[in-house]
Amino acid sequence: MNASIIPITMPKFGLAMTEGKLAGWMVRPGATVRAGDDLADIETSKITNAYESPAAGVLRRQVAQEGEMLAVGALIGVLADADTSDADIDAFITQFNAEFSAGAAEDASDTPPEPSVIDVKGRSLRVLDIGHGDGDPVVLIHGFGGDIGNWLFNHAALASDRRVIAFDLPGHGGSGKDVGPGSLEFFSSVVVDLLDTLGIGRAHLVAHSLGGAVALTTAKTAPSRVASLALLAPAGLGPDINMAFIDGFITADRQKTLIPVLSYLVHDKGLIGRKMADDVLRYKRLDGAVDALRQIAAANFADGRQTDNLRPVLEHVPPTLVIWGKDDEILPSSHAADLPDAITVEILPDTGHMPQMERSDAVNGKVRAFLAH
Amino acid sequence: MSKKSFRQAINEAMRLEMRRDPRVIIMGEDVAGGQGGSSGVVDAWGGVLGVTKGLYTEFGPERVLDTPITEASYIGAAAGAAATGLRPVAELMFVDFVGCCLDQIMNQAAKFRYMFGGKARTPLVIRAMFGAGFNAAAQHSQALYPLFTHIPGLKVVIPSSPYEAKGLLIEAIRDDDPVIFLEHKVMYDDEEEVPDEAYTIPFGEANLTREGDDVTIVAFGRMVKLANEAADKLERQGISCTVIDPRTTSPLDRDTILDCVADTGRLVIVDESSPRCNMAADISALVAEEAFDALKAPIRRVIPPHTPVPFASVLESLYLPDAAKIEAAVKAVMNHKVTEAA
Repeated sequence: MNASIIPITMPKFGLAMTEGKLAGWMVRPGATVRAGDDLADIETSKITNAYESPAAGVLRRQVAQEGEMLAVGALIGVLADADTSDADIDAFITQFNAEFSAGAAEDASDTPPEPSVIDVKGRSLRVLDIGHGDGDPVVLIHGFGGDIGNWLFNHAALASDRRVIAFDLPGHGGSGKDVGPGSLEFFSSVVVDLLDTLGIGRAHLVAHSLGGAVALTTAKTAPSRVASLALLAPAGLGPDINMAFIDGFITADRQKTLIPVLSYLVHDKGLIGRKMADDVLRYKRLDGAVDALRQIAAANFADGRQTDNLRPVLEHVPPTLVIWGKDDEILPSSHAADLPDAITVEILPDTGHMPQMERSDAVNGKVRAFLAH
Repeated sequence: MSKKSFRQAINEAMRLEMRRDPRVIIMGEDVAGGQGGSSGVVDAWGGVLGVTKGLYTEFGPERVLDTPITEASYIGAAAGAAATGLRPVAELMFVDFVGCCLDQIMNQAAKFRYMFGGKARTPLVIRAMFGAGFNAAAQHSQALYPLFTHIPGLKVVIPSSPYEAKGLLIEAIRDDDPVIFLEHKVMYDDEEEVPDEAYTIPFGEANLTREGDDVTIVAFGRMVKLANEAADKLERQGISCTVIDPRTTSPLDRDTILDCVADTGRLVIVDESSPRCNMAADISALVAEEAFDALKAPIRRVIPPHTPVPFASVLESLYLPDAAKIEAAVKAVMNHKVTEAA
């Protein structure tokens, strides 16, 4: 078998993905690609994402057709150098597919980990707790209107050598919808309650957007519980907030009105699919969900500005990493300016408010390197 | 969240609303499973299809009422109870039995709000199973939603999946007008992910189960699944379809239908009710009137013939719309050539 032949297979974006649809090829057969070039758009039940070429070479064959739904790991294309014969490539495809379908039968029992709903001091929280390791565990805190699905592309990558817990904040996802006053102090107390319930003394907090402000508040009120902070486009570092997003997210009640609102979240607008909008609508239809969002917005973004200024907290924090998308349309990346010297700031180009989804590889790499210190 | 059947989703909707609101009561033939009957087993079945199973045990005989086999009396009682402060969910079993109690629905419940100058509210839900494909013959297989859609004052809901059924039934129970909630009898064992919590899906907002460029397919209830099956096959042949599930025939989301027809220029309507004066005819008239200039081909209807539903299973299959018929209709509108007038 020719060693230059590289199979391009259906990627696994996150834990729950078992199959994906080849939404569109971005490279024609016969074209030369470099490692990291976008090869194809892959659509999952959550999001459409560009799949980057794992290596350099010539795209010799598009095995999967546009619109085709395939299991994770199935062959979608073949990369090889220009000298490889068509016969070798055909033989490779035949052998790969034979081995893959044989393997698929064995893996059928491999079900993805399911989140569970646990009682945390009288509150029900949906939690997805995976991974093992010696270091302090990581807790992932999503932002306004988010849920554990926001960590689809990060959770498994961060959990390869340590325990990583994602959970839905009160009012969100599959957690109870009581958000009390909806304040940062409230959510921070829930984070501490969760650590207590799970028997965790100290955790690294990886937090996004409003979750970032919750993490900063936790570092202020319960410093002994926080090993480090990795903040992705965190709230609390400036007054500005895109209220068209906040108000639209609360009021949009159908796909057609919600998709333009969700488009504020990303640099590449093509990432926002119908399915993603449908997931948000399903959450918003739950009893109490919209009331909870209104309460949170009133507590944190009254008068169209962020209520809490958490910059002073940064003078006395544990090791802190801040990652921001340069083109963030929800919280401007200028909020990352003039932070204390001890804080590492990474601004990602061509990235919106969801760097953990839009630049998952870069974010996973930076957060893993940061946690390894 | 877990996988739940259509049957479980409907049961859960009633259970959650009965827990939330003490005014919600259930009534109908055998809904309590005979309340013991001669066998002495309480809550034995939960209706003929097990949909109300467990409600009698949890809520007792004051809120789960087995009624005599006399639709006119208990549907009338339910309408009166709704007008005087309860929120009854009455089960008609087969929708075909509406003939026995149509006056109570058409002339009473549907008219209260209007006749009493807007001062009366009638928060009544009538659940019934409908549809062919079950070999239940002509008197137990009809899809009578056009009959109810025809009557101003009624809201008419046709859920197309377990998720849809739970959200739409909770919405129906919380609605202050009479709602006819029609469950396709072939779907009770269909399963999908359904949240454990209560949620509502608003009436009059169509759901697009897929979006495409070439043809708009409007389908109701079980036909939504068949339309999606056909659209899957067509997509592999290079024809992309939008599939609209209107969810409710009254109110009808006209805007979504017209928007999608404006985008695709072609329309196929799948309706398993008898063809004269059915939803396919209604939507055809709407589009012909409001979106004529957008059409690139005549509207096609995938509908049964104007006959009673046959009992013989080969004839029943022939009678019903199916994925192959939908696929053929879509291809027909795609292949339509406009001929110049001579």
